[in-house]
Amino acid sequence: MRYIPHTEEDVRQMLRTIGAASVESLFAPIPEKLRLGRSLALPKAASEQEVLSELAALAARNAHTESHDWFLGAGTYAHFVPSAVDALASRAEFYTSYTPYQPEISQGTLQTIFEWQTMICGLTGLEVSNASMYDGASATAEAVLMAMRLTRRHKIVGAGLHPHYRDVLRTYAAGPQGVVTEAHREASGRTAPLDRLVDRETACVVLQQPSFLGVVEEVGAAADAAHAVGALLVVVVTEALSLALLREPGKLGADIVCGEAQSFGVPMSFGGPHLGFLATRGSFVRQMPGRVVGQTLDARGRRGFVLTLSTREQHIRRERATSNICTNQGLMLLRATIYLALLGRRGLRELARINLAKAAYLRARVRETRGLALPISAPGFNEVVVGLGVPAADALQRALDDRIVGGLDLSPYASELGPALLVCTTELASRSAIDRLVRALSLAR
Amino acid sequence: MTPPDRNRLRPEMLGNAGRGLAYEEPLLFERSRSGRVGFSLPALDVPPVAPEDELPAEFLRGDCEGLPELSEVDVVRHFTRLSTWNYAVDLGLYPLGSCTMKYNPKLNEAVASLAGFARTHPLQPTALAQGLLQLFHQLEGHLAEISGMDRVSLQPAAGAQGELAGVMMIRAYHEQRGERRTKILVPDSAHGTNPASAGLNGYETVSVPSGADGLLHPEAVAAAMGPSVAALMLTNPSTLGLFEEHIVRIAEIVHAGGGLVYGDGANLNALLGVARPGDLGIDVMHFNLHKTFSTPHGGGGPGAGPVGVKNLLAPYLPVPVVRKLSASEGEGFALDYEFPHSIGRLHGNFGNVGMLVRAFTYIRTLGPDGLRRCAEMAVLNANYLLARLRATYHVPFDRPVMHECVLSDAKLEGTGVTTFDVAKRLIDHGYHPPTVYFPLIVPGALMVEPTESESLEGLDRFAEALIAIAQEAELDPETVRSAPHSTRLSRLDETRAARKPVLRWLPDAEPLDS
Repeated sequence: MRYIPHTEEDVRQMLRTIGAASVESLFAPIPEKLRLGRSLALPKAASEQEVLSELAALAARNAHTESHDWFLGAGTYAHFVPSAVDALASRAEFYTSYTPYQPEISQGTLQTIFEWQTMICGLTGLEVSNASMYDGASATAEAVLMAMRLTRRHKIVGAGLHPHYRDVLRTYAAGPQGVVTEAHREASGRTAPLDRLVDRETACVVLQQPSFLGVVEEVGAAADAAHAVGALLVVVVTEALSLALLREPGKLGADIVCGEAQSFGVPMSFGGPHLGFLATRGSFVRQMPGRVVGQTLDARGRRGFVLTLSTREQHIRRERATSNICTNQGLMLLRATIYLALLGRRGLRELARINLAKAAYLRARVRETRGLALPISAPGFNEVVVGLGVPAADALQRALDDRIVGGLDLSPYASELGPALLVCTTELASRSAIDRLVRALSLAR
Repeated sequence: MTPPDRNRLRPEMLGNAGRGLAYEEPLLFERSRSGRVGFSLPALDVPPVAPEDELPAEFLRGDCEGLPELSEVDVVRHFTRLSTWNYAVDLGLYPLGSCTMKYNPKLNEAVASLAGFARTHPLQPTALAQGLLQLFHQLEGHLAEISGMDRVSLQPAAGAQGELAGVMMIRAYHEQRGERRTKILVPDSAHGTNPASAGLNGYETVSVPSGADGLLHPEAVAAAMGPSVAALMLTNPSTLGLFEEHIVRIAEIVHAGGGLVYGDGANLNALLGVARPGDLGIDVMHFNLHKTFSTPHGGGGPGAGPVGVKNLLAPYLPVPVVRKLSASEGEGFALDYEFPHSIGRLHGNFGNVGMLVRAFTYIRTLGPDGLRRCAEMAVLNANYLLARLRATYHVPFDRPVMHECVLSDAKLEGTGVTTFDVAKRLIDHGYHPPTVYFPLIVPGALMVEPTESESLEGLDRFAEALIAIAQEAELDPETVRSAPHSTRLSRLDETRAARKPVLRWLPDAEPLDS
């Protein structure tokens, strides 16, 4: 077994030191009748070559962004990842270490987290960020639990939320008895005014920006409605690249900004591991879930970084902790920090403009194509709702015939729009691919 | 003997660390130079649009202030230098108790990066994801066989989320039966996540004391059991590295009182192929794939925390559920959502799929005999270290251990050297310290989990380092108390960090005073 170094002679020598007769005898604390007494019924061991070819065969049965043109977004986004991200994140000093409990030998991880926290604060317009959550959905749920603790209220108003985020929110809110209601959508696609949905029992409004349908929402108006009744505004971002273009939610009144940063250099990987983030106002830091890194000095007065404010966390506070999270998404945070360092101040903005221009081109092509429509008029970022003349399943199949994954069938989520697709255009979508998609959708019967 | 210069490392006292170059590196933002770029974007092949023509001006932000401007070379050097400040499994023994820092096979990384896994989308049609659904189905089956549970959900993203799911299912089970139970029993040696998961579900936690032998005793559980108790959460082997011998009797007591038994799977590595939680009376448990099944810890994650249940809890599993199609439906796998009693969705998608792929690869590579060999060698290694260290360090519960052993600093009393100092001095010897001050029931605990990845000579060097530190505590305690000396930074002031938190870089921040 190539992962285990023991020779038979090593084992004999170790048993002598222990004073045990056999390896089997080391398991004496497990009463005989509780032992399995047979081999596990699992496939027999296989060589590296065999395992790789077996797994490659499984991988080959999944469509991916290299086998198809890709227009499916809806919370998980196909963006280009610079080679340096993979190269640096593959350094074993990063990926085979663990939570930086011992700061003197974990400064690489700790400084990276501090840099991430700084970047997220800049992108969201808020003062503190944690060191990641599992994913955007659980970050949203934890943000809502945090708002419930801060306000001691239990009503939650969701607006424009990804349906999976809404489901996860409901799962998490059941324990502390949160009640989730949902805001209406105007014909334009934007969230209707929230004033009549909130009251003095509302803990928070949870507004997705851009919304699940890709619409840019009015964060300021939502903040006013929430704050007027003493509630908080949680802004959820599933397409983090939009933060490079849209006004910082924190500057428009959001109290917590959270969501998914998979767009920043993290592979889609069938939905995980991704990168949940959460940022908030400085005054709320003691109620923030998750780990956080702070700056300090060493004994010789040199700058260094440590995990801090741990009295909020499960290993200290136990049943009164702000969350039970322990292991988070550290390696994805590293990838995103590398990605943002490469793209930087100008690159991220330029990339966002490319995404915006591709979506504008798609809208223009849809507008001029017979049989296709734009059922939503409000502006968006890189996602477009395309109305169809045939059932969405048929249109998607027609696109697949041309090796195009054409988008998300909206019929389970927004049937009032009629047959429609949510189509995402990132920088990976070439003009010719967009043209072919439009053609395929218009030819569907 | 004259006390040595504390800044000079004496070779004879060192395990396997020497002095090398240590690179300095500022923050990204301090390296930034206006005009540098680390990216190249394709030329726009569609008409350009001005954001202000597409969106109202009040919706748009100004510059992305806060992001640096760096060349690709700058970024590569920055993170490569930072990486050299980290300790890692690939550098050596990482005996962090309860974390199972075993070797992370390279094959697993290669497999997870295949485009057919890494570049797939969670909402792509299931017909175009049959390879992944088959892998899920098989991995669920493997984990069920390894644990003796009936059903497994792969969705939880880490052990703590698996616990949360487990406690939610326990709550749903009691609610379904019309019972309102408000308490969860947790042994005093439990991980902090156990009470935290109970608390997030609105349960009150009741601590159950361990016996004088370190084990959980049926009498203690019986005394705490009652009609308001929903469940007992326990870890077996316990955080003391001891097998809970009375587990079956304890489970009977909890079940007789109408409660359920939750098994924290953090220490499953000791039991692979030897015993199964499901055969010991456990009703629901989580797996830590990043511990037992070798997926890398990533500097703090991602993990993966699948949850396994007995059939009585199957109706409450998170959705979606992967199902193998019946013969009449044709070949393949589907995702089912229609489970009226399900606790719902826990993750935005299917969990940390990349970690599931790695764990599956690991199980396929080892097979049943290899997995059992892991447990055997992990237990051998822990008992060997205990044998080597027993004379030097206090052993609070001196019994045969499973995968880890707990020592304490009690024998160092009088030297002024504590567990904290021993941990920091181990760094000078080239090791990551063990878990310290946990479990809470052992004052000054050093919780050592070598895992099966370590060789005999590696364990000897580590034991000799700990023995040398104990001698040094007698002869030259100040050197131990001010360790580490060989790292780029010396001891960091954690109190200062918490007192006046500085949680991000600001361009105009005042320099730190020293």
